[in-house]
Amino acid sequence: MVFGFLFLWLQQSKALSSDTLLGVLAHVALALGIIVISFNKIKIDLHAILFGDILTVSSNDIWGMYIGVFFAIILILFNWSSLLLVTVDEDLAKAEGINPLYMNLLLTSVLTIVVALSLQIIGLLLITAMLIIPAATARRLVNSPGIMVVISTLIGIFSVIIGIYISVETDIPSGPSIVVVSAVLFFLSHFFGKFLKKE
Amino acid sequence: MNVKQFINYDLLILFKIQSSKKDCHQKMKSTNALISAHNISVIKNEKVILDNIEIEIKKNDFLTIIGPNGAGKTMLLKCLMEFYKPNSGQIIKKTNLKIGYMPQSINIINTMPMSVQNFITVRKKFDDISYRQVVSETKIKKIINKQLSVLSGGEMQRVLLARSLLNNPELLILDEPAQNLDISGQIYFYNLLQSIYLKRGLSILMVSHDLHLVMASTKKVLCLSNHICCIGKPQQITKDPEFISMFGKDMANIMAVYQHSNEIKKVQHNNTITGE
Repeated sequence: MVFGFLFLWLQQSKALSSDTLLGVLAHVALALGIIVISFNKIKIDLHAILFGDILTVSSNDIWGMYIGVFFAIILILFNWSSLLLVTVDEDLAKAEGINPLYMNLLLTSVLTIVVALSLQIIGLLLITAMLIIPAATARRLVNSPGIMVVISTLIGIFSVIIGIYISVETDIPSGPSIVVVSAVLFFLSHFFGKFLKKE
Repeated sequence: MNVKQFINYDLLILFKIQSSKKDCHQKMKSTNALISAHNISVIKNEKVILDNIEIEIKKNDFLTIIGPNGAGKTMLLKCLMEFYKPNSGQIIKKTNLKIGYMPQSINIINTMPMSVQNFITVRKKFDDISYRQVVSETKIKKIINKQLSVLSGGEMQRVLLARSLLNNPELLILDEPAQNLDISGQIYFYNLLQSIYLKRGLSILMVSHDLHLVMASTKKVLCLSNHICCIGKPQQITKDPEFISMFGKDMANIMAVYQHSNEIKKVQHNNTITGE
């Protein structure tokens, strides 16, 4: 959460590109996290944090997820058009009375909720993959931002189900299995997207 | 001094205060400006960007702001639209003033899936009639279902204009709207703008470098170089010594030529009207 806001604050200054900032902050956060863990005498399974383990999810976690996802959806739905406009152009949004800083803050908060919730299931390293790959897959198939959200969510759910099924059947770790399935979908959509456009 | 006198005196003061308030109110109303800025100053990084700017836009005004780079043109627009709070001075707006803003360009990411229709209608309240009117006015019917990422420069400017017009604004603010267009695109755009201006009877505040192209349509020109150098009709401006010293004699002469041809056009136009 702290790093989310730090990122926003640095981004506002516009001295560095956001890609550079993201690279710096993500790795600093990871390094600090590992140092903190090493100070703690309690043994924490680093492997579980990095790669996640869906089998350690308890029913309490699932309730937590329901609540978190509920809030995330509500926040996004109520601010959808404003968020969209800020994404398209911040000046245009300002002209229509939206505060882009507030919208970016909102988006970062929602993202933080989602990341914190999915940490346990697919792990830190694969969260980014799950955030990006389904959306990139959907991009090939749609022409409007609203439909893109729906399609990418469906693709995400689909790859989770298939990924877990494969991981159960073949006894491979669940997180990577989910990501590989979504990556396969991504390449398929890339191929068929081109194919469709040619026609 | 008895109590009665005292009360009378008090009432007198009260009356005076009220009447002065009324005066003030009437003064503000009598100007009937859509938006006005008073003594606006902006100082950023110890540099004076705007110095004591006084500006007023009334109904059906067409004001073009010109000036060299870094003259504070965009900053003035930002102050008027309250993106930026000036260090001193105040902005007075007509209540519920509807402003349409058209930026110079938007930095949309190419991978964003969005159609023209989707873009101009997002977060806008409008009805079907005004939507159809805007689409035909800005001539974007053919491209309404295209993706934003494939539009040409001229098409993009028309789409931005359409978006700024959709909620029937009383004041249209444009920031170098034809900056990225070639010369024929610029002429086309300014003609379009003028026809919309004449048809809708709205007020326009525009920052533009293409003064020779907007000469015919603009009513007033404001020459800005951190302070107001000169303001007036385009014909007067080109004779103003400050304008000549800023843009050089050649520029002023070019303007004079343009005006000349415009005046001839106007005369011809009038003749045809009276002929009918």
